[in-house]
Amino acid sequence: MADLSIDFAGVRSPNPFWLASAPPTNSAYQINKAFEQGWGGAVWKTIGAPVLNVSSRYGGFNFGDNKLVAINNIELISDRSLEVNLREIAEVKRLWPDRAVVVSAMVESKAEAWHDIVRMIEDTGADAIELNYGCPHGMSERGMGAAVGQVPEYCSMITSWVTEVSGLPVIVKLTPNVTDIVPPARAAVAGNAQAISLINTINSIVGVDLDNFQIQPNVGGKGSHGGYAGPAVKPIALNMLSLVAADEEVRRAGLPISGMGGIQTWRDAAEFLLLGATSLQVCTAVMHYGFRIIDDLTDGLSNWLDEKGIASVNEVIGASVSRISNFGDFDLAYKTVARIDPHSCINCNLCYIACDEGAHQSIDLVVDGVRVDPASYRGAAKSLPVVAEDRCVGCNLCSLVCPVDGCITMVEVPPERESVTWNEIGARTPEVTADWQAMEEYRKKVGIDIH
Amino acid sequence: MSSEAVQEHALRGSRLELEELQDRFTELKPPMTAREARIEANRCLYCYDAPCIAACPTDIDVPTFIRKISTDNVTGAAVTILEANLMGASCSRVCPVEELCEGACVLGAHHKPIEIGRLQRYATDHLYERGIMPFQPAPANGQRVAVVGAGPAGLTCAGELAKLGYEVTVFEKNDLPGGLSTYGIVVMREPIRVALEEVDFVRRLGVEIRTGVEVGKDITAHDLVGRYDAVFVAAGMGSVPEMQIPGEELDGVVEALSFIAETKLAEMEGLERLSELPIGKNVVVIGAGNTAIDAATIAKRLGAERVTIVYRRGEKQMPAYEFEYSFIKNEGVEFRFLTQPVEVLGEGGRVTGLSCLEMQLSAPGADGRQQPIPIAGSEFVLECDQVIKAIGQEKPTGLIEAFELEADKGYIAVDEALRTIHPQVFAGGDAARAKGLAMTVTASQDGKNAASSIHQWLTREKVAHG
Repeated sequence: MADLSIDFAGVRSPNPFWLASAPPTNSAYQINKAFEQGWGGAVWKTIGAPVLNVSSRYGGFNFGDNKLVAINNIELISDRSLEVNLREIAEVKRLWPDRAVVVSAMVESKAEAWHDIVRMIEDTGADAIELNYGCPHGMSERGMGAAVGQVPEYCSMITSWVTEVSGLPVIVKLTPNVTDIVPPARAAVAGNAQAISLINTINSIVGVDLDNFQIQPNVGGKGSHGGYAGPAVKPIALNMLSLVAADEEVRRAGLPISGMGGIQTWRDAAEFLLLGATSLQVCTAVMHYGFRIIDDLTDGLSNWLDEKGIASVNEVIGASVSRISNFGDFDLAYKTVARIDPHSCINCNLCYIACDEGAHQSIDLVVDGVRVDPASYRGAAKSLPVVAEDRCVGCNLCSLVCPVDGCITMVEVPPERESVTWNEIGARTPEVTADWQAMEEYRKKVGIDIH
Repeated sequence: MSSEAVQEHALRGSRLELEELQDRFTELKPPMTAREARIEANRCLYCYDAPCIAACPTDIDVPTFIRKISTDNVTGAAVTILEANLMGASCSRVCPVEELCEGACVLGAHHKPIEIGRLQRYATDHLYERGIMPFQPAPANGQRVAVVGAGPAGLTCAGELAKLGYEVTVFEKNDLPGGLSTYGIVVMREPIRVALEEVDFVRRLGVEIRTGVEVGKDITAHDLVGRYDAVFVAAGMGSVPEMQIPGEELDGVVEALSFIAETKLAEMEGLERLSELPIGKNVVVIGAGNTAIDAATIAKRLGAERVTIVYRRGEKQMPAYEFEYSFIKNEGVEFRFLTQPVEVLGEGGRVTGLSCLEMQLSAPGADGRQQPIPIAGSEFVLECDQVIKAIGQEKPTGLIEAFELEADKGYIAVDEALRTIHPQVFAGGDAARAKGLAMTVTASQDGKNAASSIHQWLTREKVAHG
């Protein structure tokens, strides 16, 4: 079994799976249960400024049969008193010395307020502090949470208030509700943070009730934007993670990243690791299914590492980051085409219609080698979708819609031209990238035919 | 035999517990809940140019209606179904879906086909339960069409023509409209209520249905042709023939279709009535078509202790659908293949047994078919107190003569547009089923095609030829 233990800015945990600061980490009762079931760590639900919550709080985004592809919430930071939270944090840490107990904090944007909360957290024996600069609802209106995370100057200022007094590692949690995630990450570096975590929830309105026109979740006839999380946000989280992981300043500072946003399975977890996350935080999946999912998360991750012959989870952290590239550096001569296996094809024709109406008209329906028009063909013999490889641009769409595993594969074919990138063309022949006539001449010269 | 003995010998009602009877006569496939329907609908791949559409004789756009169920547009789903097939509610229950849409489902090969039939029922039930009328008949065009027979073919033709603005009158010889949907499909597949809801839907399109009127008896064919611009003959098959064996007249010999009809009417009146229907202890059903299977099922479920199907050919030659056969074996019905009834035996005018001969199959003839040949001296007696004949129906000769039509293998001869040799008369459904399979869904398609042919003829050709 592969070694899943990690060291995250000096915080050790037996596996990389931490509960994210959220409803599942609201109390000692919950975190004790989670640790009993094998969770490697937990980020306590944010403590700090006094709050009052509303009812209702969560809204679900379902897709087809799948409930909670994402969840949206307007719940605030912990509404239990500071005293209760601090006492329970201390209890949990005492009971679970080998697990990562991180405390998320959010207070008014004043140095003393931050100094006070840092001291209180240190007194609990917790392993680290996470600064909640991400909460997009309720707190941001009061100048906290995302209101801080969206302004790099505030971000670095508040981070330094904390780091100047804290003896514990400080993790800055970033909000995704920005046009560019890199400046806030650099601000965390500038504020001497020891680590970064991302992403917090995304601003969203999860739905409108078609019976009564109420915004979901509905609070007495009113609704508002809330924080969006769960499997549907994973691709956004992966992108932001990769941007921060690949950023030169963050890399130079050597800050580890705690990745989150839609991790539901060990497969999701592996992708976050490959794109540079050291620890992984989970919330929505637990809110949906409970703490027991930890069994498959650790087991699946370990089996995958074993199958790859990798001894420790640390070996895969960031392994795909170097592949993050720019469009301008892609090899324009690289070519793949779709191949459809006629034996496993079930004749659903989804590839045909997707290609014909949604992409590049490169799949024909064929009966006995003769192309037929599905609108008029009424023959008894089933038609088969066949890729016209000379027209196929290798877009992947057919393979994405095909419901049969392994029926459509994208195959690399020998390049028809010499390797060249857009940036290289621009450098050698700037007119080709700026002028359509020059582009047409270039295409003719190298034999590019757009049908 | 004393009168007391005769009394004792007479068939009685099952007197089954009503709860038990309820279980036995409830629709075999339960309706889908909203959640169940949504999950199943979401499983559909939404194939393009889907094989299930091609497999449906009425070309229902299956993927489209299923997608509408998945989005909770259930009314829209029902409209998609009914636009293609006004008998969509009946078909959802009685279609041999394994042979049609579900048999063609691309998920069938390596997976489980979509339950298209049950989804269709979910959608059409939704519409009928809410009494929604989605169609707006066109303004009256002043032309009148008579339809003979209020079965699936006649009703569909009438409804489609009414939508186009025709004044349509349907003449039905039975007391209730609906044809085989009302009288012939066993309760567990389609209760009369469903058939009558469908009839009501057609009525609401403006169709007049006159029941208890038999063409050739209460009104002449000549009258119809004279009074209406066009006539659609969809009166189904003729009467059930005699087996022409001794003892056929004995008390206790019944005909399968009437037997099934009685149970349907009884069920409509209530379980109490169903429990009173006379049923033998030991029942023999003659024939092995789908009607025979239905009658045997009903007999068993009504409380017969032993039900035996007697068929003169072998298991492989059975005309019943494969799934019907496996269904009825589970019902505990026994089979006597290669058995030819030769005489119904009786005592005091009541059935006591069926005398039969064992058969063997000949070598395949020129048509490849093996003929059953009696084995000499093989005569034996099957004891029974009730005999149900399910040996098919006669061809519709009476109507062919009345309208002076041509016959094709005994059925009304029609061309592809369902025209008969009489320019004003069109025909379809089982009465014109010289080709293809006799199913509710093919009857409905005939009705739709006939409506379109009649409309074309009345709007174009008739005008052109003055």
